[in-house]
Amino acid sequence: MLAYILRRTLYAIPILIGVNLLTFWLFFVVNSPEDMARMQLGQKRVTPEAIEKWKKERGYDKPLLFNAEAQGMGSVVDTIFFEKSVRLFVFDFGSADDGRDIAYDIRQRMVPSLALAIPVFLVGLLLNITIALIIAFFRATYIDYMGVIISVMLMSISALFYIIGGQFLVSKILHLVPISGYEGGWSAIKFLILPVIVGVVGGIGSGTRWFRTIFLEEINKDYVRTARAKGLAERVVLFKHVLKNAMIPILTGVVVTIPLLFMGSLITESFFGIPGLGSYTIDAIRAQDFAIVRAMVFLGSVLYIIGLLLTDLSYTLVDPRVRLS
Amino acid sequence: MSHAQEKNAVKRHPGLMVLIGVVFAAVAAMLAAPVKPVILWTDALIYLLITTLVLFFTYVRSKEHLRAPWRQVMQRPLAMVALIVLSVYVLVGVLDSIHFRKALPAPKTSVQNTLTETHYSVEVLSVLDVLFGPIREQVEKSYSAPLAVQLFTKDMVEQADGSTLRMYPRLEYGGRHLDDPASQHQTDIMQRIAHAAVQAIVLWLLILVLWVATLSWKYKTGFGLLLRQILAGKTLLPWRSVFITLGVFVFLAMLIVELGVAYHLLGTDKVGNDVLYLSIKSIRTGLVIGTLTTLIMLPFAVLLGIMAGHFRGWIDDAIQYIYTTLNSIPGVLLIAAAILSVDLYISNNQEFFETVVERADVRLLFLCIILGITSWTGLCRLLRGETLKLRELDYIQAATAFGASNTKIISRHILPNVMHIVLIAVVLDFSGLVLAEAVLSYVGVGVDPSMASWGNMINSARLEMAREPVVWWSLLAAFWFMFLLVLAANIFADAVRDAFDPRVGRGIA
Repeated sequence: MLAYILRRTLYAIPILIGVNLLTFWLFFVVNSPEDMARMQLGQKRVTPEAIEKWKKERGYDKPLLFNAEAQGMGSVVDTIFFEKSVRLFVFDFGSADDGRDIAYDIRQRMVPSLALAIPVFLVGLLLNITIALIIAFFRATYIDYMGVIISVMLMSISALFYIIGGQFLVSKILHLVPISGYEGGWSAIKFLILPVIVGVVGGIGSGTRWFRTIFLEEINKDYVRTARAKGLAERVVLFKHVLKNAMIPILTGVVVTIPLLFMGSLITESFFGIPGLGSYTIDAIRAQDFAIVRAMVFLGSVLYIIGLLLTDLSYTLVDPRVRLS
Repeated sequence: MSHAQEKNAVKRHPGLMVLIGVVFAAVAAMLAAPVKPVILWTDALIYLLITTLVLFFTYVRSKEHLRAPWRQVMQRPLAMVALIVLSVYVLVGVLDSIHFRKALPAPKTSVQNTLTETHYSVEVLSVLDVLFGPIREQVEKSYSAPLAVQLFTKDMVEQADGSTLRMYPRLEYGGRHLDDPASQHQTDIMQRIAHAAVQAIVLWLLILVLWVATLSWKYKTGFGLLLRQILAGKTLLPWRSVFITLGVFVFLAMLIVELGVAYHLLGTDKVGNDVLYLSIKSIRTGLVIGTLTTLIMLPFAVLLGIMAGHFRGWIDDAIQYIYTTLNSIPGVLLIAAAILSVDLYISNNQEFFETVVERADVRLLFLCIILGITSWTGLCRLLRGETLKLRELDYIQAATAFGASNTKIISRHILPNVMHIVLIAVVLDFSGLVLAEAVLSYVGVGVDPSMASWGNMINSARLEMAREPVVWWSLLAAFWFMFLLVLAANIFADAVRDAFDPRVGRGIA
């Protein structure tokens, strides 16, 4: 088991190197730091001195890959690639354009992000599986038909409208909770209720449909017929046999998303003014702060790879046939 | 090919002939009118896509085994309705993809200029813009509610006697034919709706009669019998649903003609643009993102997926590495990173682009490419898995034993047998991409702000919900236009998947 985890972790390294090279290419080769400085400082009428100063402040004045002036290790280390990209491997994200430490900000903003993402994930998962099981129980009836039509309609609505509609209805018309904002501690709850509800409702359509497909695929298998032939009630068949066996495809799709919960939800956080990692990312994109975007790309990749590893490990929990080797 | 066979081929491919005819007509019209055709990058790709689709369906028509699943799709009423909705959107999108620049009137002062080249307006128009001429040009000062005759906000208005009064000013265009709006407004609207209804019914009956006549001639059935069967919903293809949907669209079109010109049917936005026109202009953007992204990513996904599954070994490892790496970057961030780079490039190379539209178009194209890069991995993995399964089957083993080349095995034996997966993936992806556009535009890495898109409409309208009283029409218009397209696409995709994928059970539609 440990050897397996170790091997998978080693396997992640070339992928992270690939991600790193790709972002390096996107941010420093496609556009030179020169271009970046010009855009940040405003268009044409920028003096070369101002650009030099901007680059120096952020450490972009070094050569890209190889520093011919430095001695020994310095020729490799004292470069943009090493400073900005290789450093990411030890989670040294450097500082943002406004001088704030990115790693500190990420740690600070993780809490509100998780406070929103975890309830949405858990409640959504439970609700979707329950609805899908009910629909599967009444399969090929009018209830099934209506259920699928409603979920197709729900998933045809843009996430933006769920948020705007929720804010309008609950906060503006009914005045139940504040429209947006955030406070630490327990008072966060009144700010989080609406985003959580919106997040859950927005996911019902696609979630229910996905689980229904999984359950229906499982229901047509031989062991289900055997269970029914034994005289088991449909309810028992569904909850005891089908649900357990559907765990493998469910885990494949679900576990990989768990670590990514750390990344927060971009638009929900931004709309509701929750100071999490999602709104952090959006603000960085809007302010064109490349350092933060680079850090978040790297963080996202690491979390995705952890998710893949967790998926494999979770199989051993639900399926005794799976042996990791 | 002998002459007779050639003639036969032409007969069997009516779609191709129509396409060639349309292209010739368009070129002739462009040459005759004093305009300069502008073919944007996305336009060219749309033409390519349409040509591919026409060729594809011409091919499908000629093969019975390929026709069967499509017939199954067509026989479902809901899928057929969805198809008609999609067709209406596509028609608008195509009309909006034929661009040109009008010639400017030649300056009279200089004599030499008469011989030199004519100058063209920097404004790039499409055929749709011409059709919507009055609606496009009737720009008000600011917000106005749907069908209103006055602005939504109070303003100082100078009275006839020179004094100013704070009131709701009359609109410049909306309802300007009315002398006394207070008494005439409602009757006028009712009258126009009635007019639209009567015209729509006449037009609809005309279409119905012509269509049924064509059908009865084609199937050699009596007109009356066929009509009765259609009305009872007893035909094999759901013609009744088709006609009802068509009727709704004809009525809507008539409504636009009657009400849209005299009023602002869906109101105006902050800078006074007609919301209906903006929503309709956004159709092309949505369709381009939904289709061109797939067109761009498809060759990579298919080729790499099949290659990984067929060759295995280091090729498989390399391809798997590429897609795991790309997949591990959160999609929105990769798109954001790439779009920021493109933005930077565009703002540093302004001189490449003659007009605003061309600049926005290049950004749209890059958005499609980047969305394609982030979305090809799923299909690639599916195809790899399927190819791994297929290559162990007897007929491919036999082909290998007979010494067939890899190219031949892939193109003749594997590709046709994974096409259903490709098709299902393409139609399923479409709706997701249309929805993604809205979110990306909100984040600020979507289409150019100058380009009409539902995402931009939502983005600029979201603060309007906080106004008192609420400005709701922009959002509602974007919502309905988007919802209808995505819903139709989802229903159609469901039907296509059910018809082509033997594994899944019957869904809806």
